[in-house]
Amino acid sequence: MALLTVENLEKQFGGLIAVNDVSFAVETGEIFTIIGPNGAGKSTLFKLITSFTRPTSGRVIFEGEDITGLPAHVVARKGVVRTFQETTIFKEMTVVENVIVAHHLRSRASSLGFFVNSPLARRDEQEFRESANSIIEILGLETVRNEQARNLPHGYLRELGIAIAMAAEPKALLLDEPFSGMNPEETDRVVDMVRGIRDRGITILLVEHDMRAVMRISDRILVLNFGSMVALGTPSEIQTDEAVIEAYLGREDDELGI
Amino acid sequence: MSSVAQGTRKGVGAPNRAVSMRIVLGAFLVVYLIVLPSYFAESPYILRVITTASVLSFISLGVWLTFTIGRINIGQGAFALIGGYATAILSTKFGMSFWVCLPLSGLIAGLIGIIFGLGILRLKGVYFAMITLSLTEAVRLGFLSGGDFTGGAPGISNIPLPDELGLFGITLIPDFGKVDTHIAFYYLGAVLLILGVAVIWRISSSRLGWIFKSLQQDEELSRSVGINVARYRVMAYAICCFYGGIGGAFFTVSQQSIYPSVFGVLDSLFFILYCFLGGLAFVFGPIVGAFLLFILFELLHELQQYQQLIYSLIMISIMLWLPNGLLSLRLPAASWRSRNIRD
Repeated sequence: MALLTVENLEKQFGGLIAVNDVSFAVETGEIFTIIGPNGAGKSTLFKLITSFTRPTSGRVIFEGEDITGLPAHVVARKGVVRTFQETTIFKEMTVVENVIVAHHLRSRASSLGFFVNSPLARRDEQEFRESANSIIEILGLETVRNEQARNLPHGYLRELGIAIAMAAEPKALLLDEPFSGMNPEETDRVVDMVRGIRDRGITILLVEHDMRAVMRISDRILVLNFGSMVALGTPSEIQTDEAVIEAYLGREDDELGI
Repeated sequence: MSSVAQGTRKGVGAPNRAVSMRIVLGAFLVVYLIVLPSYFAESPYILRVITTASVLSFISLGVWLTFTIGRINIGQGAFALIGGYATAILSTKFGMSFWVCLPLSGLIAGLIGIIFGLGILRLKGVYFAMITLSLTEAVRLGFLSGGDFTGGAPGISNIPLPDELGLFGITLIPDFGKVDTHIAFYYLGAVLLILGVAVIWRISSSRLGWIFKSLQQDEELSRSVGINVARYRVMAYAICCFYGGIGGAFFTVSQQSIYPSVFGVLDSLFFILYCFLGGLAFVFGPIVGAFLLFILFELLHELQQYQQLIYSLIMISIMLWLPNGLLSLRLPAASWRSRNIRD
């Protein structure tokens, strides 16, 4: 059974159809990438899967359960966690504080428990600190762990974004353009990091523009154009797909890296 | 400062600072609870000024908490009015003891805060500020046109003073009519403020405070890691309204009357200003702000018609030269350090 299934998903904004009848299934342990020109509906599709907006019609099924239209924090609780484009982090906290706060889903103590500092709350705090430290270590953020997030060098911001998402213990992690604005070296580092996350058993969905990275990292690729599915297949299938070349890739061969 | 920070930054001077912090706090408490009331025992005016500053600080602490979730709340006057009317109506129409009215007024204000908050907390920035400002006015008009129930423009008067509170025949709190009323209210205000600041301090240094801070910085990101954003922001707002309600109940019973214009838009703005001018980064900010500004205002009484003018000039100067509040004066080392990192 697929981990995440999208069935006939559709989203309209007024007269504009942003996502039009999109269906696919992501298997556990896969790296599944969504590509397409600007305005193809990739980000909207991400928002629909993580319930940040409601679809006009269609369903999202995660682990056999219909999660369409649930509040976003409930979807996160079920294990579908997203990152954001650009620099969405808690700017006025240090790196380690960012990651500790993001451990919310693991807390067993109640709000009142945290207020009176109950033994359970203290145990939670201790666990969050330890877990945050190990996430920081895995993602290579040790050198900046006590730095205010707003002072971080640009290269670290996306890693921090991923660290925050990892704290929520996702089963499916949705990464929104993790390689954009990076030089080839930084991209290589993040590609390795994403593979490392997948190797820990977390299924990855990506939205990305960087074709070189996409072709290297993806198990399967979904191509969108004007909100509709153009093709779905392995990187080599996509590279030779007539419709894809026609709609998107053909115009800019060099972007493909072939 | 916080459980998170404790685990991460182990400054060499940290234990010493905690000890000196405790000494300073203890000295303040001695002055506040013993020296001031005994020294000014014969000057009811001064006692009343300090008492008022205490309870204004208490109310502003609630507003400060809504700052920590990133909302500028100009609606606290409405909840002070709600708490005040709750006490007035419960004590005059239902004959309830003040010691029952006081917590009930806070709870009623908190409940109404939850109901309003569920709707209005979806708004942010200037939109939230505007709607809370309108709320203050709407609630005032509501009480004005409440007929016999709220007493219309003259409001409700002849509200009884707090009566004796005893347990198993032991007097815990004496009847306010039978002791020095000014001293009694002074201590009531002081106890409220001390409990109030302890609770807010505890909230803001526990994980709850970190959750509130995360909402202030990015609600979408908080939501993405599973934080029930709506629940926590309503929680912060309800606590704020509770503080407003308790404060309103206090003023009602100390004035023994209430009318719709007791708390208006201007008061709501002042609660915000106390937080701003004291320093938003500090739990003690609203207290420092309220005490200094309110007492300053009273001291400027001598200037008569120039009182408002000079007072506003002082406030503008503070905002210009101490944009992070009066308490930021205390921390030259910290401000130097953060500037250094930014450079």
